[in-house]
Amino acid sequence: MRPAAQILAALAAGLTFGLGLAMSGMLDPARVRGFLDVAGAWDPSLAFVLAGAVGVSALGYAVARRLRAPAFDHAFAIPTGQRIDRPLVLGAALFGVGWGLAGLCPGPAVAALSTGLLPVLIFVAAMLAGMVLHRRMTRPSGLGPAAPVAPPLSGR
Amino acid sequence: MGTYLPSLAGGVLIGLSAVMLLLLNGRIAGVSGLVAGLGRRPDRRWLADLAFVAGLILGPPAFAALSGHWPEMRIVASLPILALAGLLVGFGARLGSGCTSGHGVCGLARLSPRSFVAVLTFLASGVATVFLVRVLFG
Repeated sequence: MRPAAQILAALAAGLTFGLGLAMSGMLDPARVRGFLDVAGAWDPSLAFVLAGAVGVSALGYAVARRLRAPAFDHAFAIPTGQRIDRPLVLGAALFGVGWGLAGLCPGPAVAALSTGLLPVLIFVAAMLAGMVLHRRMTRPSGLGPAAPVAPPLSGR
Repeated sequence: MGTYLPSLAGGVLIGLSAVMLLLLNGRIAGVSGLVAGLGRRPDRRWLADLAFVAGLILGPPAFAALSGHWPEMRIVASLPILALAGLLVGFGARLGSGCTSGHGVCGLARLSPRSFVAVLTFLASGVATVFLVRVLFG
């Protein structure tokens, strides 16, 4: 594995992602809500963002299936789970409510930090708090005698 | 027509980013997962994840420098609603193992059944939320 190359690749990928978001209209919460307003003045343009993104990345996944490893690491780290369970559906449902309320999801919100706008800062701070809350709720606390003997806490 | 082409081109760039991260580093371009992962004890991938997030933040200024204008951002929700929405988005993305990028872009591209369910679910609840907000407060 090549750490320096990985860092540069990730920086370039992040920059490309942020450029794409800025170009696509996804940074504009009013547009996002217009896209979700199917029963009202529906603005379908953001479906083209999804179509373009999924189309291109599907090619990448097709190529990846024929490779043994990525260029700068010794293995692919791709989720393998197949189970449709309650956390998946409940989590996605809650996510959608927040997405609809604000018109922001994590990618555009983080990219928009560069604007320095107060509403964006507040949204991202609350989003991080939501992530921390989930982590607190799901990992063993290690407090009290009733807690089972757990392996050392890994970061998740 | 004027908004479809930039949207498609932006989507292509986002897809390209996912392909770069996949074929070079072997990672999923899921923003909520990468951001949440920065809270873990730093491991060998931590700096690369931080670099991705830094690049993401640099994206809009880079766009402004190239195009001569900042991308439009019309935030309509009030600050308390934004705080509530942020909590739901952060908590929901972790509980549901991904967001619009991880499930929406990468998951659909690799035909993950979990991601199809997640995308349909958050699209449905997003549409329902926008509808209710418009009917009740619009």
